Amino acid sequence: MTEELLDVRLSVNGTPRPLRVPARRLLSDALRHDLGLTGTHVGCEHGVCGACTVLLDGRPVRSCLVLAVSVDGQEVTTVEGLAEPDGSLGPVQQAFAECHGLQCGFCTPGFLTTITAGLRDNPSPTHEEAREMVAGNLCRCTGYQNIVKAVERAAEIGAEGPS
Amino acid sequence: MTTKLMGQRVQRVEDQRFLRGQGRYVDDVAVGPDTLHAAVLRSPHAHARIVDIDVSAVLDVEGVHAVWTYDDLADLSPPMAEPLPLLIPHPALTHGRTQFALAKDEVNYMGEAIAFVVAEDRYVAEDALARIRVDYELLPPVVGIPAARAAAHLVHEDVPGNVGARLEQEVGDARAAIATAPHRLELDLTVERSSCQPMEGRGVVARWDPDVNRLTAWSSTQTSTGVRAAVAVKLGLDLGQVDVITPDVGGGFGVKINHPWPEELLVPLAARALGRTVKFTEDRREHFISTAHERGQEQHIEVGFDDDGRLLGLSVEFWHDHGAYTPYGLIVPIITSTQLLGPYKPQSYRVVFESIYTNTVMVTPYRGAGRPQACFAMERTMDAIAQYLGKDRTEVRAVNFIQPDEFPYDHGLVFQDGRELEYDSGDYPAMLEKIRALVNWDEFPAYQAEMAAQGRRVGIGLACYVEGTGVGPYEGAHVHVETSGKVKVATGLTTQGQGHATVFAQLVADELGVRLEDVEVVTGDTRRMPYAVGTFASRAAVMSGSAIHLAAKRTKEKALRIAAEALEVDEKDLQIVDGVVSVIGLPEAAIDLGTISVLSNPLRYAFDEASKAATQFSVGDPGKPPVAEDDEPGLEGKDFYSPERATFASGMHAVIVETDPETAEISILKYAVVHDCGNLINPMIVEGQIHGGVAQGIGGALYERMAYDESGQLLNASFMDFLIPYVTEIPDRIEIDHLETPSPLNPLGIKGAGEAGVIPSAAVFAAAIEDAERTALPGFGITAMPISPSELFALRHHQEPS
Repeated sequence: MTEELLDVRLSVNGTPRPLRVPARRLLSDALRHDLGLTGTHVGCEHGVCGACTVLLDGRPVRSCLVLAVSVDGQEVTTVEGLAEPDGSLGPVQQAFAECHGLQCGFCTPGFLTTITAGLRDNPSPTHEEAREMVAGNLCRCTGYQNIVKAVERAAEIGAEGPS
Repeated sequence: MTTKLMGQRVQRVEDQRFLRGQGRYVDDVAVGPDTLHAAVLRSPHAHARIVDIDVSAVLDVEGVHAVWTYDDLADLSPPMAEPLPLLIPHPALTHGRTQFALAKDEVNYMGEAIAFVVAEDRYVAEDALARIRVDYELLPPVVGIPAARAAAHLVHEDVPGNVGARLEQEVGDARAAIATAPHRLELDLTVERSSCQPMEGRGVVARWDPDVNRLTAWSSTQTSTGVRAAVAVKLGLDLGQVDVITPDVGGGFGVKINHPWPEELLVPLAARALGRTVKFTEDRREHFISTAHERGQEQHIEVGFDDDGRLLGLSVEFWHDHGAYTPYGLIVPIITSTQLLGPYKPQSYRVVFESIYTNTVMVTPYRGAGRPQACFAMERTMDAIAQYLGKDRTEVRAVNFIQPDEFPYDHGLVFQDGRELEYDSGDYPAMLEKIRALVNWDEFPAYQAEMAAQGRRVGIGLACYVEGTGVGPYEGAHVHVETSGKVKVATGLTTQGQGHATVFAQLVADELGVRLEDVEVVTGDTRRMPYAVGTFASRAAVMSGSAIHLAAKRTKEKALRIAAEALEVDEKDLQIVDGVVSVIGLPEAAIDLGTISVLSNPLRYAFDEASKAATQFSVGDPGKPPVAEDDEPGLEGKDFYSPERATFASGMHAVIVETDPETAEISILKYAVVHDCGNLINPMIVEGQIHGGVAQGIGGALYERMAYDESGQLLNASFMDFLIPYVTEIPDRIEIDHLETPSPLNPLGIKGAGEAGVIPSAAVFAAAIEDAERTALPGFGITAMPISPSELFALRHHQEPS
């Protein structure tokens, strides 16, 4: 009973990362275990917590609800791809550091990717929109107040400098 | 002098790696095709006898390396066939029971581990689990406290009445005092089960190195040293053959202090047996059904009081549902029974509890650890007294407060650490004034009346608590200044998001006189600090913080001694600023800590420019031994902190809620916290802990419960059904004010802060919702938490006068 392996042409954070995986391999597992990109975390494996959120062609998806074979030919952005080209923190990452938007850090990658996409769609959210932007992700440590602050701060940083 | 970092809002140093996706959690260790993956077959029944287990269909699954049941354990390591340890024995725990790593003959909760499979990957391991056939003979399940007390059926045949323990403590004659008191009340209260639910579940990785006969295990635990000792005993190894590393941990909240979990032993056992690195990563469903819960209690309270509401006698009986096993002893109910007193001083107090078995997941501490239930009991009582006497709720509390001049205050009870329940410091009247101001308590009645006139129901609640933090026995720290001047700090307890790498570095930077960026802190690695206890009971800052401070002080003393000798000056004339020792007022007479580190270690061999200075023809008095008799080489300091007893933090929360007259939806209009954890190391981090605690408390008060059906099936074992709050459920702002009454018990004057935010939630929400409802239904009362909108709706109709 050997599992059939399938080729997947995947690009992750701008780099081609070809994969050969069984059809049932979750994108989250492929990123973590096959490609070693362990920044994407798995909190519930049923699409509720949002920790595993990555950007698929720029749009946030729960990588635990996506089969790796189904994203053939697409571009995936993970938390590892959010820093600036010079290695400094990206605006959302920087804002989280400034606002104490994380404690254990486990849910953080999912927030960072979600907010990155959210601010691309809406670069200057109102306070309510900032809350709404993170309303699909669970955090058990922070109580969210500082995460919402970080969304607003990230928007400020984005407005100040080149994005 | 550089600014003291103690008390500063220093940004966290650990954030850099977390924000870049470079955190190292246990499932990030040993990634790659060489690692084998484990999965566990768990009981689908709450109570059953195992008649037969057939694993024959698993053996031909390609990629399976091992499948074990209980019968395999003795051959692999004889101690593995014994029950798991009962970690905290207590004389009152007359019928303590713990499970086996893999069930022997009987399962006692849905989720109990039965078989263990190791395979090429988790997918294959789960395929294999599906092929194991178990024949069960079903036994009657005991679910819920009433069923357990009725004892029509027993969880364990040899535990009569399902009672694991009964413990009574009494100060004065409470029942007599109640009988003769001018006024008497009785309350029956219920708190349901919840659980920690850290975003990262449990996990363990182990690697056996046959070349050196050593085992290395990584575990997402709150105690590396505890896991190490358990693994050594159960695998028949010397302690010196086992290293346990706690990497980054994605939240703990208490549940990861219990140990060893079956997988924490089975994975190392498999690594040794198979000669391969083995990993187990718990999934969310497993976390719900096999990792501990907390909170479930029923309480009966009798109280006698005078016309002012002064407590003359308080008698509390409660029944604590500890689930199927008691690995963590009686810690949770002991905490409930003692911390129930909060900031108050009843003239007499009697408490008796029974800790009882049910066929459900075991109960071990969850943030607050018995205190939320305690606070619920006491604060509901205070509210009931105020209502009965027609007095303001703050007044009734104030007359019962321990006064600032009464510290240290000995309650005459024995606390969870086996020591006297003696409060070290606090100022409850000042705190009450602060919370009243913060929430505009005095203006609220007018606002409430105004809203009521518009048909809106708003209510206010207040709850007070005292929390014993920083319990012993001890923690230690090691501080090492490298020849580069970099400072490496190790303490043995673990970290799961509290920012220890930052706050501990602040303490070292202050005491040793070095830059924060030159300090690196390691926690939870038994190779670096083999003596430690763990992270629980809001103890990390108090215990390891104090130990680190003391170790840094020793390091500083040694640095000054060596520098004084090198500079030929008196130690008293020296200062250390930014890692440089200099003569006060004579900055050119200076020597950096890196150079002192070189000088501290007399060398025979040079390996770089710096070390040349310490070789035998360069330094030392030929008339003396290179290392003095009472000295050691190296610029290091090590120390331990072991306090006589816990230090007692305190707080008061107030909340204003609105309840919808039609839908019974509960909205939070304002949430205010006054908190006293002594001196603050980093207010940003303390406030973060409060924010998180309040959010978790809101979850516990309004949304979260373990929905067991009568057969012992946990019906809501997923994040789809167990409702953890999203941002939408949490108020936008928490008003926070601090009071700082330093602890006299430790050198920094600090008290713990980690659990506080969650303690008063059930009490404060019950009070506020009740207050809101009473604007329309004067006799309305809440005696059970959590409360959902549909329950509030039902309660209204139940309590409406017919």
